[in-house]
Amino acid sequence: MKLILISLLVLGLTGLAAALLLYLIAQKFRVEEDPRIDQVQEVLPGANCGGCGFAGCRALAEACVKADTLDGLLCPVGGAPTMEKVGAILGLAAVAADPKVAVVRCNGTCEARPRTSEYNGVRSCRIQHNLYVGETACPFGCLGCGDCVAACQFGALSMDPQTGLPVVDEEKCTACGKCVKACPRNIIELRKKGPKGRRMVVLCVNKDKGAIARKACLSACIGCGKCQKECNFEAITVDSNLAYIDPEKCRLCRKCEAACPTGAIHSVNFPARKPAEPAAEAKPAQEAKPAQDVKPADTAQTQEAQA
Amino acid sequence: MNTFKIGGVHPHDNKQYSAHQPITECPLPKKAIIPLVQHIGAPAQAVVEKGQQVKVGELLAKAGGFVSANIHSPYSGTITKIDTTIDAWGMKMPAIFMDVEGDEWLPEIDRTPDVIRECRLEPKEIIDKVAAAGIVGLGGACFPTQVKLLPPPGKKAEVLIVNGVECEPYLTCDHQLMLEHGEELMIGIQILMRALSIDRAIIGIEKNKPDAIARMRELALKTIGVEVKPLKLKYPQGGEKQLIDACIGRQVPSGALPIEVGAVVDNVATIYAVYEAVQKNKPLISRVMTVTGASVARPGNYSVRFGTPLSEVIDLAGGIPEDTGKIIGGGPMMGRAMNNIDMPTNKRVSGLLFLPESESRRVEPENCIRCAKCVTACPMGLEPYLLSKQAQLQMWDEMEQHDVMDCIDCGCCLFTCPSHRPLLDYIRMGKAQVGGIIRARQAAKK
Repeated sequence: MKLILISLLVLGLTGLAAALLLYLIAQKFRVEEDPRIDQVQEVLPGANCGGCGFAGCRALAEACVKADTLDGLLCPVGGAPTMEKVGAILGLAAVAADPKVAVVRCNGTCEARPRTSEYNGVRSCRIQHNLYVGETACPFGCLGCGDCVAACQFGALSMDPQTGLPVVDEEKCTACGKCVKACPRNIIELRKKGPKGRRMVVLCVNKDKGAIARKACLSACIGCGKCQKECNFEAITVDSNLAYIDPEKCRLCRKCEAACPTGAIHSVNFPARKPAEPAAEAKPAQEAKPAQDVKPADTAQTQEAQA
Repeated sequence: MNTFKIGGVHPHDNKQYSAHQPITECPLPKKAIIPLVQHIGAPAQAVVEKGQQVKVGELLAKAGGFVSANIHSPYSGTITKIDTTIDAWGMKMPAIFMDVEGDEWLPEIDRTPDVIRECRLEPKEIIDKVAAAGIVGLGGACFPTQVKLLPPPGKKAEVLIVNGVECEPYLTCDHQLMLEHGEELMIGIQILMRALSIDRAIIGIEKNKPDAIARMRELALKTIGVEVKPLKLKYPQGGEKQLIDACIGRQVPSGALPIEVGAVVDNVATIYAVYEAVQKNKPLISRVMTVTGASVARPGNYSVRFGTPLSEVIDLAGGIPEDTGKIIGGGPMMGRAMNNIDMPTNKRVSGLLFLPESESRRVEPENCIRCAKCVTACPMGLEPYLLSKQAQLQMWDEMEQHDVMDCIDCGCCLFTCPSHRPLLDYIRMGKAQVGGIIRARQAAKK
């Protein structure tokens, strides 16, 4: 009995002395930290994806607390609601930012891009890109090994086995930008979601001359400039044989989509066109339709003739 | 018999298909495409114009920097355009397009088969001639030769090491060159010794080429300062650093050039080109390449002028065998599968290998079993299992700390791995990334 008592006493006293020592040291070397950092971190999603441009959620929280305005600080995952909460904690006004979404700018499906070789190496786009042009003749297009799918923390990307291209789930995509960095060919772009999610995009990044691009892929942008002429809002620029639609200027009239001879321009999330359209709009639509159905060689020839 | 000390593997050499096939001239094509990037370093700058008539040996493009090389016309004819063409891997490269008309050579080029022994040029003149002829290392790396002949200040070359190893399986072009042009090679070696102001040269030859060893030994007896060193069979003995270790027992430090230990290494094909440039005024416009494979109809060693489409060389060798699954530019260890056989031949292509479908598939990789075979095999003393994992996890800084830049891409790790893990694929990718980071850092410093 006595033995137990002594051991308890000794252990207890040692523990007490150690606790006291630790307490004193902790007091001596205490780091002063703004308690709001913890509060801000609490409301952030905690995915540590780095989409905000900081090392993780904690780093963003620190930056928010230090900053005078929330301008330029945005958690793409939480979006506006999260930033409002952060603003409420810090007594700052949240700056509204347009929600964005990742867009895979390649529509070279298996049918459009004939295979010229078979890749038998490691399933990694980066390795394949370092090695050679890829399984098709397009040196700019999607390689289809899914580096972007692997990089996505939110399960928003998946490979479509039918087309061989990655598909973005707009509900899940938080525009963190991980996939943009993962893609060795810089195909993925973060674009404004647009009103009701509607937007116009050129789904191609091929900078080759028209004939070469067309040879590699039936749905490549050939830089013909038809969309540019069609656009009334100067939203489209053609640079090194590649059209780009500026989302700030685009008014979603969809004329460019109809004008594109290769079908590289896509409209997203629009309701299906009505079968009977007003006479004024029917004309360009009818002109465009056959162009999409024409066999590749014919269109390529007309393109060259026009150029 | 000597060999290098660290690592190495023993792949089957498979040289029987094209060994001892005499060097055959490839006929001239009707149209030729001459790439402007045939070497390591800056692309050459075209000095000809569209529509211009050129003769064989005329300068087409001049070196675009210190590490770059001149490119001469391998044909006589008319320049049709200067544009881009597609290389063996489907990427674009600048090139000069030509219509070949006749075969008219510049008058100063000596085309007689006579062997010219006398060379009284000063070292400086020899180096200038080598630079003007656009000679690059024909062993595979295509490093401009004149850069090697100009040691940086404070460094002194002591010995010239001649690379007649040809450790790549299947390839036999260097072997055949030693047999057919041994005398010219000896003169080339003496010219280079003169250029470097040294009196010692060692020819390293692997023992699977006994006839080449005998021939070179016989010639070396008549030449002062030249010694033939038969070497044990081990891949990658033809690597510069491995060959120095095998021949003179010195180890080149990490990140340093061979000149650090007083050695200059040149391939036999390069030395033959030096002989032709210095003694016969002939610039580098052709090379010997091996076309081989188990089912190739006429495997052999073909002398091709640069710019001939590979498809014509293939036709000469009897066309693409039916069972072909993969066409490799170079040997099976370091060569790369090709995507485009219309690509023009150039200074880099030392061979064409047709692998049958049954041999061209990768084996499905399994888990690493921590056997450390890759560590034992790595001739540079690296840890391939670690580097490949780091590359997979994108740990670029750690890769740099573990000397990934020392990797010579020899593929011993991949060859030896019992789990068939794609070690080299990842390491090569990591090396490209780390190389980019290092270059960016150096640019920022400037």
